[in-house]
Amino acid sequence: MLTLQCPYCGVQCDETELSPGGEAHLTRFGPGSDDTEFEQYLFLRENPRGVHFERWRHAYGCGKWFHAARCTMTLEVFGTYPAQVTEPPADLIEKIREKRPGWRWRDLA
Amino acid sequence: MKRYSAFAIAREALRHHTGWERAWRSPEPKKHYDVIIIGAGGHGLATAYHLGKDHGIRNVAILEKGWLGGGNTGRNTTIIRSNYLQDPSAAIYEKSRSLYETLSQDLNYNIMFSPRGVIMLAQTEHEVRGYKRTAQANALQGVKTEFISPQRVKELVPIISLDGPRYPVLGGLWQSRGGTARHDAVAWGYARACSDMGMDIIQKCEVTGITTEGGRVKGVETSRGAITCGKLGIVVAGHSGHLADMAGFRLPIESVALQALVSEPIKPCMDVVVMANTVHGYMSQSDKGEMVIGGGADGYNNYTQRGSFHHIEETVRALIETFPMISRLKMLRQWGGIVDMTGDRSPILSKTPVEGIFMNCGWGTGGFKAIPGSGFAMAELMARGGSSIADPFSMTRFREGRFIDESVAAGVAH
Ligand SMILES: Cc1cc2nc3c(=O)[nH]c(=O)nc-3n(C[C@H](O)[C@H](O)[C@H](O)COP(=O)(O)OP(=O)(O)OC[C@H]3O[C@@H](n4cnc5c(N)ncnc54)[C@H](O)[C@@H]3O)c2cc1C
Ligand SMILES: [Zn+2]
Repeated sequence: MLTLQCPYCGVQCDETELSPGGEAHLTRFGPGSDDTEFEQYLFLRENPRGVHFERWRHAYGCGKWFHAARCTMTLEVFGTYPAQVTEPPADLIEKIREKRPGWRWRDLA
Repeated sequence: MKRYSAFAIAREALRHHTGWERAWRSPEPKKHYDVIIIGAGGHGLATAYHLGKDHGIRNVAILEKGWLGGGNTGRNTTIIRSNYLQDPSAAIYEKSRSLYETLSQDLNYNIMFSPRGVIMLAQTEHEVRGYKRTAQANALQGVKTEFISPQRVKELVPIISLDGPRYPVLGGLWQSRGGTARHDAVAWGYARACSDMGMDIIQKCEVTGITTEGGRVKGVETSRGAITCGKLGIVVAGHSGHLADMAGFRLPIESVALQALVSEPIKPCMDVVVMANTVHGYMSQSDKGEMVIGGGADGYNNYTQRGSFHHIEETVRALIETFPMISRLKMLRQWGGIVDMTGDRSPILSKTPVEGIFMNCGWGTGGFKAIPGSGFAMAELMARGGSSIADPFSMTRFREGRFIDESVAAGVAH
């Protein structure tokens, strides 16, 4: 069973207490955007074999959305963080790079 | 290739079974092929088979990182049906179902197709309306289905409890020519036929890179060396995103684990397939007597081929309400496969941004039933550049808003 720590209330949650919300840090294109941008936002996904940044909601707890960094191969959780950001926190990225040498995320410098 | 027959069994019985040949060769990879197919699951093998049989393209290699049929093809619960809602779906799934009817004869390999009938239970008013609509759509599409009463459901499935407290059975969508087949045999039968046409099936050969030149495919890097090709078909189910990444494009796909389980074997008690989509559970009885049970998929991306335990719990809890007699059965084993889910729950058979590369993926939780039809259409697409069955499933539909929306038609689509 997957357990994630809610960064707001600090609770270690079983996955049955959470609802998954898919890939995090998508650019949300709005009115006036073209078809390619909408396709990108609504359908195209990273779907990596390895490090994945994703959204979760503490559905049966505080009810808030947060983000998690997790390995899709081993289910190792690298960390969770509040959702009010456009990129993962720098220290988390550093931590993942140490654990997964050569890892890249959307060609982040 | 020596044909399998009753006569062959008698002949081999008389000489202590010394004359059976290997079903397929295990050759070393050549330097170049006209077509390379990545993934020796049902869809990859069926594509190769139809390339050879229908289009005369036989200089073909099928590369498989594990063993053939070891992916979802060998892990699924083998439900075959074609009662989908949308016209393009009806076309490909019904083509497939009808090819299954004669596949054992066509391949000279017993795939144990058993058209025992499939019922999708309607357990809410919403489902009643939905399945009546599907039955009407199927009538127009030429797919034989009917909406049946709870009493008829009980006749077909005596072990069912119609008046469960939470989910009473209000009717069902019945497809009498749906059923099951032996999953491994489908892969093995196609593999034997492909090998017989001179194609190379190369197992334990993982594709690790895709080389392109000026927007055109050149070949692949593999754990057994580089191989060049004229055309490349990527048919790797849950691993499609990974392979697309190697070729430099993204897909509208997310990979999740889907699980199934079987009970200990019991005497024959149910001779149709029953699906209960509201509660995410479905069940059939195998020839060995095991109750074969499948349920919901994980909600989050993963490649673990394991799945979360609570899905098993939920599925079994719901099925026990509908089939009280299974409550004392022991679980014999459980397993998972990585399924490739698209936004509209329909597959992708498509050209890609790289010339010469074709994708066949997105079958998600329900592609076993589609293997023969998908192979037929994919081969036509790869050989001729277009196919009336495959064309609606092009991946450009997500940009164009031309969805083939089956997610509304059935929450679970096995
Ligand atoms: C538990 C479960 C129950 C299901 N129940 C049903 C059902 O009742 N009815 C139904 O119709 N469908 C069902 N399905 C879905 C069905 O199993 C799949 O849609 C179908 O088998 C997919 O076939 P495929 O050939 O595309 O993929 P696979 O059989 O998965 O084949 C893909 C192959 O590609 C190989 N591969 C991957 N990466 C590489 C690489 N880099 N190099 C070389 N090879 C590679 C893999 O090893 C694999 O063998 C179920 C699936 C699961 C998991
Ligand atoms: Zn919380």
